[in-house]
Amino acid sequence: MTSSSDPVLRDDSEGMEQFNTLPRRILVVYLPLTVFVFVLLFPFYWMAITAVKPNNQLTNYDEYSPFWVIGPTLEHIRYLLFETSYPGWLWNTLLVSVASTIISLACSVFAAYAIERIRFTGARVTGLMIFLAYLVPPSILFIPLAFIVFQVGIFDSRLALILTYPTFLIPFCTWLLMGYFRSIPFELEESALVDGATRWQILTKVVLPLAVPGLISAGIFAFTLSWNEFIYALTFISSSENKTVPVGVLTELVRGDIYEWGALMAGALFGSLPVVILYSFFVDYYVSSMTGAVKE
Amino acid sequence: MTPTEMRAAAPDRPRARPLLRRFVESRNGLGFLFMLPAAVFLICFLTYPLGLGVWLGFTDTTIGRPGVFVGLENYAWLFDDPVFLLAVFNTVLYTTVASVLKFALGLWLALILNERLPFKTFFRAIVLLPWVVPTVLSALAFWWIYDSQFSIISHVLMNWGWIDAPINFLGDPGAARASVIAANVWRGIPFVAISLLAGLQTIPQSLNEAAVLDGATAWQRFTKITLPLLTPIIAVVMTFSVLFTFTDFQLIYVLTRGGPVNATHLMATLSFQRAIPGGQLGEGAAIAVAMIPFLLAAILFSFFGLQRRKWQQGGQD
Repeated sequence: MTSSSDPVLRDDSEGMEQFNTLPRRILVVYLPLTVFVFVLLFPFYWMAITAVKPNNQLTNYDEYSPFWVIGPTLEHIRYLLFETSYPGWLWNTLLVSVASTIISLACSVFAAYAIERIRFTGARVTGLMIFLAYLVPPSILFIPLAFIVFQVGIFDSRLALILTYPTFLIPFCTWLLMGYFRSIPFELEESALVDGATRWQILTKVVLPLAVPGLISAGIFAFTLSWNEFIYALTFISSSENKTVPVGVLTELVRGDIYEWGALMAGALFGSLPVVILYSFFVDYYVSSMTGAVKE
Repeated sequence: MTPTEMRAAAPDRPRARPLLRRFVESRNGLGFLFMLPAAVFLICFLTYPLGLGVWLGFTDTTIGRPGVFVGLENYAWLFDDPVFLLAVFNTVLYTTVASVLKFALGLWLALILNERLPFKTFFRAIVLLPWVVPTVLSALAFWWIYDSQFSIISHVLMNWGWIDAPINFLGDPGAARASVIAANVWRGIPFVAISLLAGLQTIPQSLNEAAVLDGATAWQRFTKITLPLLTPIIAVVMTFSVLFTFTDFQLIYVLTRGGPVNATHLMATLSFQRAIPGGQLGEGAAIAVAMIPFLLAAILFSFFGLQRRKWQQGGQD
């Protein structure tokens, strides 16, 4: 470790790495990293390659290499898009995710601002309760929620999902936005107050513009969470035309004993792409919202 | 949420203004108004269902028939039910093994990513992918990878001559447990790794440099500097990880639906199976409620672990 080849400790050094020799770095850093990346990405590769494999190559590992495809086909994707309800499920998922994200963001902005800046009596306790609400898992709530959804009469409708998804989105977004609002200097609000701004003006003209990164983080994360949601959608939706992508792929594309792996994997791939694309544009926001929620 | 907004109505201003206006302009009134939308949602669809779930656990409600109060009958029945007890055992096993693996591998990956690397942000971005993609859809890929006949893992291992016949990943109780745990770990590592990486980046390098000058080995630096400074964030990350693993539903539902012979049934999947396809809402709710003590224990553990550490470091609260 201390076989120092470079005796000068530079100020901008990123730690101890200058003490490491290259072979050692390969063994300690690059090799494990390669294994990690391979294992973490292989299922996606397998998903993608299966989605374009012709059926005769799909299970014929002896004559065709399983890791590559000869003469890729769009047959599975064509089947998925034109002979199943898949486009409808995509549309449902998009609609439900966007609607519940907007509702949650709107509610969370007000709640977070009230807890963090209006500081009403009991604001601290409310903040703690919001955090606890975030920890209540859907696996505990889905049975009574199904009961309620049925009694209200919105069973098997997209509205049922739009109204129930905020239960896990609002606590998360509020918690995240509280952190962002806390980082905005009080002085800005005070000077706005002195200038005669109302609370509403302060919120919309001072605080919100400064909290845009936080809003993006919360929005993207909320959208992904609702896109990925499964147990509520599985429980509350029964008719094919109202299903979301995860539920539809699992319950409608898997039938009988013969699995159409090509179409299934194409369905999984296309259901993942929207969130992956969104994620790739906003990686930093995504990471900051994930770690922000953990750090506070 | 706060009953104190009534205080706002106290006549503390000389000029008589409409009650509503005074309410809105007071701190508590405005706070109440701003909290209202979120509170309505959370009370209607979170607090109320939570209470309703506890209540349903004490009734014999089935789908289509309102139940009557039966006291602890559901619970008494469940504790004699070998399938439920097996599910509890499975859940604890699944959570423990998966969490330990996720923590160890996640911390390892975080330490690697904390090194100076080319394309660091790129690696960080792709490492997080398994966590971004919908669980059900990546679980489908695992289902295909774990296929009893055409598993790619079996194929490769047979080509290498390590095994003679395809592994029955999801058909054999032991193998099925290992397989679902592996899939869960695969999905959980990125979350642990990226969160811990954020924690690692807050540790000042000067501490490490000082320790090196004093002759500390890499292992000593890891155990005496990195781990202690990382403990608060480890506590939170692992609490979340344990919570999500303990209440996991999607992965099991896709891969095994609790089979073979209930070897992978978790409490969440059993609760779903009894309540929705089985129609026994009361019993399903009782199983779900039985998860709450475990979850509370996990939360309290993290909360107090965290507080102690903060205080030790001279922080507030």
